[in-house]
Parts: sequence; C-alpha cells; structure tokens
Amino acid sequence: MSDAVHSHNAHGHGHDHHDDHHEEGAHGSFRSYMIGFVLSVILTAIPFWLVMTGTLADARVTGFIILAFAAVQVVVHMIYFLHMNSRVEGGWSFMAMMLTIVLVVIVLSGSMWVMYHLNANMMPHADMQMDMGSTQEMRLSNEMSDMP
Amino acid sequence: MSSATANAPAEPRAYHLPEEPHLHEGHSTMLGFWMYLMSDCLIFAILFATYAVLGGSYAGGPGPKDLFDLNLIALNTAMLLFSSITYGFAMLAMEKNRISATQGWLFVTLLFGGAFLFIELYEFSHLIHEGAGPTRSAFLSSFFTLVGTHGLHVTFGSIWLVTLMVQVAKKGLIPANKRRLMCLSMFWHFLDVIWIGVFTFVYLMGVLR
Repeated sequence: MSDAVHSHNAHGHGHDHHDDHHEEGAHGSFRSYMIGFVLSVILTAIPFWLVMTGTLADARVTGFIILAFAAVQVVVHMIYFLHMNSRVEGGWSFMAMMLTIVLVVIVLSGSMWVMYHLNANMMPHADMQMDMGSTQEMRLSNEMSDMP
Repeated sequence: MSSATANAPAEPRAYHLPEEPHLHEGHSTMLGFWMYLMSDCLIFAILFATYAVLGGSYAGGPGPKDLFDLNLIALNTAMLLFSSITYGFAMLAMEKNRISATQGWLFVTLLFGGAFLFIELYEFSHLIHEGAGPTRSAFLSSFFTLVGTHGLHVTFGSIWLVTLMVQVAKKGLIPANKRRLMCLSMFWHFLDVIWIGVFTFVYLMGVLR
C-alpha cells in the first residue's frame, strides 16, 4: 500500500488534499484527524470538569457518565486515529479487535464478579452486615457481639 | 471405472502451488502488528482487572482522594492527546513525502511524549516521597503496576520514535520506513486509548470513590 503512494507521489510535488483519498480507509485526512482531536478534547474535558467541580452530587451517577464518555472516546480514537473499520485488511483487524473486546469483557467482568463475592463472603465485618444476604451469619455474629 | 482412473496418471499430483503467490515485502506487517496490539490490550485488561480488585485495599494507608492531583492528570492527558494529533500530522506529511515536515512533527510528538513521561515520573516520585510507594498497600501496588506499565510503553515508544527519526534522516521515506512509521502510529494511538481507560478508571473514579 505504501508502494502505491510512493509511485503516485513520484510524479511531482504539486499535491493537495485530493491525495488524501488515494487510499480508502488506511489513512486519515487532515480533516478526519482534526475531527477526532476536537471530539477527544470535548470527551476528555467534560469528565474532568464533572469530577473536579463536583457538579453532580451523586458520585455513582457521575461515575456512570464518565465511563460512558470514556467508551465513546475509545470509539472516536479507533475510528479517527487508528482508522479502524470493518474493511481494513479484509476484515481481519476488525475480527481480531472483536475477539479482544470479548476477552477483555470476560476478564474484567469475571474478575470483578468473582472477587466481589469472595470479599463479601470472606469478611463478615460488623459494618457489612446490612449488605449481606445470609441472615444466619448475621444472627450468629450478633449473638457473638452481644457476649461480654 | 475406479481402477481406470486410478491407473491413468493424468497429471502428477502436486501438493503445493506451482508458483508461490507474489506478495510484496511487508504485506502482512500491519495485520501482524495489530495482532500484537490486541495481545498488549489483554495485558492491560489483566492489569485493569487487578486494579479493580485491589484498588480498594488501602491497608490503612492513603486512598486515591488523598493522593491524586487531578490538575496534574489533566495536564498529562492533554500532553498525550497533543502528541497523538501531532503524530497524525507527521503521518499526513509522510504520505506527501515531505521529509522535513515529517521529522518536525515527529520531533514535536517526541517533546509531548517526553513531557508526559516527565510529569508522570514527577507524580510517582512525589507519591513515593510521601510514603505512598508501591509497597504501601495493595491499592498502590496495583496502581503503580498499571500506570507504570503504561508509562513503560510510552518510554519504549519514544525510543522507537527516536530510532525512526534517525532512520528517516539516513534513508529517507523509503517504503520500509513508511511501514515502520505506520506501525509506530498504531502503537502511539493505542497508548492514548489505554490512557483513556487509566485516567477514567483510576484517577477520576478513584477521586469519586
């Protein structure tokens, strides 16, 4: 693909933006890079602003919002900076990325799920009783704490 | 009938293509490099999962709220984002075979990358100086491992960048150098994608907690 550009550009130096469309999908143009950059700045600035000023009182809501912004920004980077689409390399890059996303989701959600339950079941602190489902253990630990 | 076909050697059996398909040098480099990036992505996924599990274990030590300075992180994020766009400009200059413009933008990218590393090292040294080093708690161990691994990637990316600048200076924008620059482009933008996860999940969510 770089050979094609090389032979094309060997004709002379009079190039303008038409050349940017020479290779479909593989490279970006000045415009696409700028779109990606501006979107990234916006998508970065808003989460920082939300957290640094504490505009939303509820930390949980803020957390979900900044995670959503991060997800959108990752997609923006993929499209405008990494020039990812389903046609690059005959679709194999896209396929590899999809497999990676599936694996990442399994690793992240699986680890957090397993370890959360491990923590919840292994550490029956007094302040965690309200969150626990096992009333039997609660009663037991209450009886134990009542003892002198 | 079956014996007739078996006995008639119409043409010798060939177990390979008579002629190797002609593929130009480096035709699979970009796909191969993408595969590497995806495996690198899995490494970061595991480090993120580790941080997600251990990030709340302060061992009675300082938590994210006490340690993280979001102004510094915002500055760092800006450095990496600027380096991403300047690398993009270097790629556009490369496509037009403008060697000096390419080298110039690569140098600007290197400066932004260096600024990022400088700020990160300043943050790390500040944390360690405050007694919040990687040995303090499980939270800090997983934090230094995740953010440090990302910083290490940026370090090696910067070394690679210098190497390619030397190669372009010596041999010009030959196809091999263009291919290498395109690989580094993917690497550099990939690191920016990982940083989105770091500043959101580690810093912003940490301060929220």
